[in-house]
Amino acid sequence: MSIQTTAPNRASQAGQWAAGILITVLLVAIVSALPLLPWQKLEPVTRFFGEHPLLNALIKAVLVATVIALQCLFLIWLERKFAGWMQARLGPMHVGWKGTLQTLADALKLLTKEDVIPAQADRALFALAPYLVFVASMLTFMVLPFSLTWVGYDYNLGALFALSISTVGALGILAAGWGANNKYSLLGGVRAVAQLLSYEIPMILVVLSVVTLADTLSLTRIVQQQAGLWNIAAYPLLLIPGFLIYFACALAEVNRAPFDLPEAESELVSGFHTEYSGMRFAIFFLAEFANNFFTAGFAVVLFFGGWQGPILPPVVWFTIKTLLLIILMMWVRWTLPRLRIDQMMGFCWKLLVPLALALFCATAVYLVR
Amino acid sequence: MTLTTTEISSPGMTLNMGPQHPSTHGVLRLVVELDGEVIHSCRPVIGYLHRGLEKMMEARPYRQNVPFTDRLDYLASLNCNLAMAQAIERIGNVTVPERAQYIRVLLCELNRIASHLVFLGTFATDLGATTVFLYSFREREKVLDLLEAMTGARLTYNWIRAGGVAADLPEGFAEGVRAFLEEFRVALDENDRLLTGNRIFRARCEGVGVIPREMAIAYGASGPVARGSGIPYDIRRVAPYDVYDRMEFDVPVFSEGDCLARYCVRIEEMRQSARIILQCLRELPEGETTTKLPKIFKPPPGEAYSRTESPRGEFSVYLVSDGSPNPVRVHIRTPSFVHLGLLPALLPGVKVADVIAILGSLDTVLGEVDR
Repeated sequence: MSIQTTAPNRASQAGQWAAGILITVLLVAIVSALPLLPWQKLEPVTRFFGEHPLLNALIKAVLVATVIALQCLFLIWLERKFAGWMQARLGPMHVGWKGTLQTLADALKLLTKEDVIPAQADRALFALAPYLVFVASMLTFMVLPFSLTWVGYDYNLGALFALSISTVGALGILAAGWGANNKYSLLGGVRAVAQLLSYEIPMILVVLSVVTLADTLSLTRIVQQQAGLWNIAAYPLLLIPGFLIYFACALAEVNRAPFDLPEAESELVSGFHTEYSGMRFAIFFLAEFANNFFTAGFAVVLFFGGWQGPILPPVVWFTIKTLLLIILMMWVRWTLPRLRIDQMMGFCWKLLVPLALALFCATAVYLVR
Repeated sequence: MTLTTTEISSPGMTLNMGPQHPSTHGVLRLVVELDGEVIHSCRPVIGYLHRGLEKMMEARPYRQNVPFTDRLDYLASLNCNLAMAQAIERIGNVTVPERAQYIRVLLCELNRIASHLVFLGTFATDLGATTVFLYSFREREKVLDLLEAMTGARLTYNWIRAGGVAADLPEGFAEGVRAFLEEFRVALDENDRLLTGNRIFRARCEGVGVIPREMAIAYGASGPVARGSGIPYDIRRVAPYDVYDRMEFDVPVFSEGDCLARYCVRIEEMRQSARIILQCLRELPEGETTTKLPKIFKPPPGEAYSRTESPRGEFSVYLVSDGSPNPVRVHIRTPSFVHLGLLPALLPGVKVADVIAILGSLDTVLGEVDR
């Protein structure tokens, strides 16, 4: 009889690193090669769309939706892999190479599942809620500048638009919580709305500080101004605390640990999407990861110079920075326990809001000095 | 015109947590009256796992009752085996060889570590720290591997029998245990850095679910729950059985009575268990591992009561014999059942999230609540 002692296999981890680097290099190469394609041959097509603005808008919307779906597929895989690495396990390994196609398989499975609507549910609200949440996060993507040209709609009030539209998502979550006629959903919905609306305030105050420093609400202009020096380096005393406040709020806005109370599995089963199944559930998931990407991308725009960077094309720079921030969020998520609701609200109103207000005042003083 | 005020009364909400809920740790059902997020009252409903074990035991010869005890506290079934085996030995005046006593202590402490590791993992998951769950189960896996090498089973061991243990230690067991304890010490320190010192974790535990000393005594709390409320009460100390009186170990006691105190008691107990295991390995004498009982075991009429310190608290078995091969009455005192009685007194006034924390800190196993 032998005693089995388990030792972690170090070789496979080295393999994972190599694979990760390889994938990244490949993706960068593909995106970098995009400008080399003979785009001028498409000129008649672009002229045609230019003459038909409605068609143009439609195409852009489809493009943005595709980008969201693709980044969501990737982020879910990354999240599961990252969680696996943090938790001394492998994560998805079976579908595709290193589990890369796992999310696709899950999405297909969800598509084919029955769309269950509880008998006592408010059918209209229940059916509408996921789309409300999804549309809100999709609209925020419209103004997120991946580069000067890669932006759905270069709106001169972009920051304001993004913040106000992302709040609409809270409405959808409330609708989901109420419409399902499930007590766990209701508790989750109530928690989510309280949390989203509270954390919106310090977040907006921090964004306002950046906006006053940049003197513009246009996201592309904010990035263009950071060509020399990133905001966080240009005003370190103001924006390093500003970024920390923003980061805490961002975690709360995307319902991530330590602020994942709305879907606290151990308490509320699954929170506001307890009763959802099939495609509606998938849409909630999509919106969650889209939100995640957006809040990280927004931080990159505000603090880390957006698409600015040497050698690599702007889109790649933007994506790399955003991914790093998202990985930071994942790191926090898989490390920390969850706050209780009163602690969560106290943290916002007693600490973040006064700090953000002070920060805004300091910014104002700095500007008129 | 007169102004009238209308009282807005909210009838509150009855929330049915369980029997299928991610955090009730088995088939426990909690009927809680909610006022917003605040608990108004709580009523635990048990019985979903009732198998009538005590009655079934009356229909079996004494020795065949040991396997039933595996199904009581399934996270520490060796400790349950021990309580039943001891009761049978007491009623039949059977002496256990010294080597068997050492092996019993060794196995029970290993199982205590495994059980407390489950507590650590589930408690952390209940509070949202999912990673700790994987880390603690990784360590538990090593204990299970060791116990599997010893007994061939991973959960229901049925290894401690009336009269001793089923067989001697396998080859290389001592080295395996020593190697594990070395890794385990590192893992516990790692856990202290990851979880125990975490501010959010402490905020969630400190001052939550406080059981004052008097209340703990009044409700009959034992084990880590009592020791978390400042009561230095450990059966291994106050009424030593087997070779516990020769062992050097500390009984960790924390006086705060909150979830954190109970958590700290269990973490410290794992360190003490490691100490006991090392002493057992060092002092293990040569000799027989079992006293043979007669084929038809008929103890003299009378009664016997055996108390043991299971990972959850005072686990006792009461046997009545009338001289026939079967017991006339079996009663099992399980700590989880007693601790569950604390819930209705602890929960009113706390938030929903605290329900999970408090329930997790009591560390109940429904297998022994329902019997």
